[in-house]
Amino acid sequence: MQLPIFSPGEDPGPSFEGLLRALGETPNLTGIPTMGGVQAVHSSSKSSDLVLDFPHGTTVLALRSQDGVVLAGDRQATMGFQIGSRTIRKVFPAGSHAGVAIAGAAGQAVELVKFFQLSISHYEKLEGIALSLDGQANMLAQLVRGNFAQAVMSGLLVMPIFAGYDQSSGQGRIFEYDVTGGRYEEHEFVVAGSGSVHARTAVKLSHKPSHTTPETVKHALAALFWAADEDVATGGPDVLRGIYPTIAIITADGYSEMSEVGVADLFDEFLEQQDSIRKVGQPEDQLGEAP
Amino acid sequence: MSMTAFGYVSPEQMMADRADYARKGIARGRSLIALSSQDGIVICAENTSGTLRKISEVYDRIAFAGAGKYIEFEQLRMGGVRHADFKGYYYSRRDVDAQTLANLYAQLLGLSFTQQGKPMEVEVLVTELGDTIQQDRMFHILFDGTINDRQNFAVIGGDTEPVRTRMEETWQPDATWPQALAKAVDALAGNERTLTAAGLEVGILERSKIGERTFRRLEDEEIAQMLSQA
Repeated sequence: MQLPIFSPGEDPGPSFEGLLRALGETPNLTGIPTMGGVQAVHSSSKSSDLVLDFPHGTTVLALRSQDGVVLAGDRQATMGFQIGSRTIRKVFPAGSHAGVAIAGAAGQAVELVKFFQLSISHYEKLEGIALSLDGQANMLAQLVRGNFAQAVMSGLLVMPIFAGYDQSSGQGRIFEYDVTGGRYEEHEFVVAGSGSVHARTAVKLSHKPSHTTPETVKHALAALFWAADEDVATGGPDVLRGIYPTIAIITADGYSEMSEVGVADLFDEFLEQQDSIRKVGQPEDQLGEAP
Repeated sequence: MSMTAFGYVSPEQMMADRADYARKGIARGRSLIALSSQDGIVICAENTSGTLRKISEVYDRIAFAGAGKYIEFEQLRMGGVRHADFKGYYYSRRDVDAQTLANLYAQLLGLSFTQQGKPMEVEVLVTELGDTIQQDRMFHILFDGTINDRQNFAVIGGDTEPVRTRMEETWQPDATWPQALAKAVDALAGNERTLTAAGLEVGILERSKIGERTFRRLEDEEIAQMLSQA
């Protein structure tokens, strides 16, 4: 590993991607390794089979609150009809006052997040000042766009959502992306992943951006529960193993994650309120005659 | 004066001239101190500029400090950040260490001293925070690539000897970082001068933050507050 010193004309500036390029270490457009194994498998199987062969992250969401943003995700990665991982992380910090959550091909997504985090801190260190929230949102759009060709060819889609507290305007902001790198800022909430249809409905019925952070956390947990209840690929709370969703709270104080115990307590509270579910299947609730 | 002597400079004389040139450039600036304390490494520099910094973050546990010509040590700082980020990306975050970086700086400065048109007028300090005070590392690299491994504290730039002598008298292993900062400021100031927060630049590597980015830059208000408490 050398000490990269550049002449003024060749200086890559504060971009980490630019640095990789300047060092001749860019395996592809984004600097994200192309995962040779994936390409090999792809050539011998249909695209639709392939999509099922890799771990996929499933439901993530970001909800605006009056103090900032709540970012949450379940912990399951799914490979076709198998569980790829029960404990995967889909929610990550990005800089001091923002976070990113990912749904889609897990390996690719984790690599993208790592690259994104690194790009943010690299910029901050070289420039001596943190990249603005808008700058971060745009940087992520470029990474997703850079991943586009690969996403289309291999079916390895990565769908991030980005949320942060904007210190210049003093409010939480949330962004979603499409696979082409399109960046869309939303006002109330964003969801992504296979369980997003159900999570969206749950959030819509309960949440408003005027809610406090504790209320917003409850809405986020409930939405993940209902997504897991309907979508087989999304993991619900795993009481047996003690695995619970990741909940990050981003406010003027910065990014922080709730402890697993804290999330477990909130889930217990939530489950106690779901009497109607528990009755289903009980003898007094049978709809027809037993055969 | 014979014609044969014209234009000829002996290697000894050339090196001495170059060293003289670099030393003079570096001595024009003010000193800076890095010192270990119970809860982290404190780096303190005299610097009236709020934007042209001498102390910076390189990596999770590593900080950089430069003395001498700003644009020259700034180039070294950027190279260090790039080296560290690239290495951490390629291998893992744990594989990034101060010693490798210090060696790279020493090589570059050594080459520059002997082979470039003019030697670089800089001294740099690479510090790495350890789990304990005994594991803290400080590498002081001189303009000619000479590398020194310092313990407890390091003084670079400006007129180092009186500052080092004062620091030697007051450094204590059990100081907290605000106490360490106060001692560093006293050592920089000497008996005749008083330094205020506005004329200081302070960065710390905090032991309590190990596992994430440990570097933090102190704002003037916080420096003033710490100095008034200690």
